[in-house]
Amino acid sequence: MQLLNGLDKGGAYALIALGLTLVFGTLGVVNFAHGALFLLGAFCAVTFQKILTISKKILDPSITYFDAYIEQPYLEIWFGETGLAIIDYAVPLSIIVTIPTMLLIGLAMERGLIRHFYKRTHAEQILVTFGLAIVLQEVIRHFFGANPIPTPAPDIVSGSAAVGTWIGLGENFVYPWWRLIYLAVSTAIISSVFAFLHLTTFGMVVRAGMYDRQMVAFLGINVQRKFTIIFGLAAVVAGVAGAMYAPILPPDYHMGMDFLVISFVIVVVGGMGSLRGAVAAGFLLGILQSLASMTAVSSLLPGIDQIIIYLVAVIILLTRPRGLMGRKGVMED
Amino acid sequence: MSEKHEITRRQFTKAGLAVAAMPMFYTKGAWAAKDFANNPGNSSKITLGFNVPQTGAYADEGADELRAFKLAVKHLNGEGDGGLMNTMKPMNLKGNGVLGKKVTYVTGDTQTKSDAARASAKRMIEKDGVIMFSGGSSSGVAIAVQGLAQELGVLFMAGLTHSNDTTGKDKRRYGFRHFFNAKMSGSALGPVLKEEMGTNRKAYHLTADYTWGWTQEQSIQETTEGLGWSTTAKVRTPVGAGDFSQFITPILNSGADTLILNHYGKDMINSLTQAVQFGLRDKQVNGKNFEIIVPLYSRLMAQGAGKNLEGILGTANWDWQLQDEGSKAFVKSFGTEYGFPPSMAAQTCYVQTLLYANACENAGTFYPPEVIRELEGFKFDGMGNGATEYRAEDHQCFKDVLVVRGKSNPSSQYDLLDIVKEVPRADVEYDASIFGGELGPYEV
Repeated sequence: MQLLNGLDKGGAYALIALGLTLVFGTLGVVNFAHGALFLLGAFCAVTFQKILTISKKILDPSITYFDAYIEQPYLEIWFGETGLAIIDYAVPLSIIVTIPTMLLIGLAMERGLIRHFYKRTHAEQILVTFGLAIVLQEVIRHFFGANPIPTPAPDIVSGSAAVGTWIGLGENFVYPWWRLIYLAVSTAIISSVFAFLHLTTFGMVVRAGMYDRQMVAFLGINVQRKFTIIFGLAAVVAGVAGAMYAPILPPDYHMGMDFLVISFVIVVVGGMGSLRGAVAAGFLLGILQSLASMTAVSSLLPGIDQIIIYLVAVIILLTRPRGLMGRKGVMED
Repeated sequence: MSEKHEITRRQFTKAGLAVAAMPMFYTKGAWAAKDFANNPGNSSKITLGFNVPQTGAYADEGADELRAFKLAVKHLNGEGDGGLMNTMKPMNLKGNGVLGKKVTYVTGDTQTKSDAARASAKRMIEKDGVIMFSGGSSSGVAIAVQGLAQELGVLFMAGLTHSNDTTGKDKRRYGFRHFFNAKMSGSALGPVLKEEMGTNRKAYHLTADYTWGWTQEQSIQETTEGLGWSTTAKVRTPVGAGDFSQFITPILNSGADTLILNHYGKDMINSLTQAVQFGLRDKQVNGKNFEIIVPLYSRLMAQGAGKNLEGILGTANWDWQLQDEGSKAFVKSFGTEYGFPPSMAAQTCYVQTLLYANACENAGTFYPPEVIRELEGFKFDGMGNGATEYRAEDHQCFKDVLVVRGKSNPSSQYDLLDIVKEVPRADVEYDASIFGGELGPYEV
């Protein structure tokens, strides 16, 4: 069960780290606002749910000092059971709006801010993107408050799957349906990104640009435009990861920062600029973190679950300074 | 040779002043002549400090506390409808500020971090000259700033803090808590748990790894083991863990039939949501329905947990749906001012401000040792939760405690908790010496 937990957590880590690595590998930008893109994705789901549940307010007449009311969503009033079913599927349906929204946000971010920092130092890039991340999270806090917002999965997948019964490990081995779906979706997204980069001409140009940007430009290809699109794609990946994560962890304004630090460690462990490294390190560290939380382990080594990721990072960087699959010359100047 | 006894003019003057000052020891307000930290002296105003989380995970709760503080200041200065000044008994407040001085305030952001809270409190005391400060949302913070209050000789009227340590081993003469504590939660919950869940259960604790979590775990364990339950495991979880799945999966095979979540705020919302996702509430163990208990509840938390909280038992310090005159007056006042009902954090902060002001009026001075003496053992009513006493031995308020349950069919967006039982104060009282600690001196 802890292995499944680790895979699930690793899926989220890998998706964020994949986007970070894409941006770093193509644009050479250390984007500390990437966690905020995960946050914005989650709040796309929250906003979509709020829009679907815009309600008629039926005032409670017994309360006179303020407006206390029961809400009945207009979708339910207009369409009855069908309306309720649409509301129930708010999170999966929100993906439809999350993709274009995040693409637009990504493109606007790259054109409006990030491109002005291509030739600046990594320290300046970190400062400006970290500042942007704080601004975005405070905007979210202003509009949505500091409390987590319940964003449930559809009823049909809100319970647990009898995984143990399927594989003969007993009925106590259950796992939430939505987490299984998340694992499947994250695997599918990661596969799609790799397929896109390896099986399309666009992807081939991007990969070539990641290795030698100048040479590709000499061939008359507008690498910059392709990299801008890649930034948008990275935003979409982070956004979809965030939206799908909303039922697992009720979104709050700080969730992007919570994931960002770990994701950077994952990128470093995987090797700066290595997409395969980011994905492998995401899953590896997710699994290790879950296994370290097992009672048998934590009773032997108290607090190990809190430091395991950083401990592994230190060990890997000491033995393989470029990370698991890092390339020579990247971040070594 | 006879010894000559001559009295110099200086000695005569000293003796005369001593005799003249003697009645001051027996006269209310006489201490006003004595200097102390941030003595307002002849100033026409006093400044209070409201140190609440304005950023971070408890920012919403902090915002509600701040609203309550502002309302209290308004009422003390004779503005608005007077709120609990209409129901508090006994009361010396006149609606003309405190001791005739207008009340002003400054605010600070604790960020729910002990170091930030101490820095903010220190600034309030040293730069803004506050004569009392208040605020809360974390016991770690309350204990940290309470120590500072004792060092600097400025009273701290704690807001939301539920750890036994605040008025236990870390109690301070300059710190007072109106809010209830983990021990009282356990005492209140016990009989209800026995009635609804029986005397033969196996409890599994998930506990936030800091002072509040530890003391709540201990108090609830004492209560449940007193009922005959056994404790399967006590697992500490880091504050702000986010994903609790790795802590929840071991519960499934542990043989436990009850999960006790010693979590608050965001941690509680996340751990409960995930416990429900893992099917714990649908489980049957040892022939019983698996149950979840959340010993400390708040309405703001209930909003975040949504449907997951339905039917779950816990305790609360106060709820806006109470029907006593004090609660109704406060809900009316707060609701009219802000357009929604107050949280229990807001209620305790409001009451603390009025209690401090009233103690100053009773003492006839702002001199902290005299104000402290007025608060120690002060008995009052009409502020919600029935007849209440500030116990002198540990500065813990004793009043009725609410056992609540997440509501299944709310009648409004604020109607999230059912009050299962109002546990009388006598049932939650305990010997002040059990937690140890020293209050410290009056004079600092």
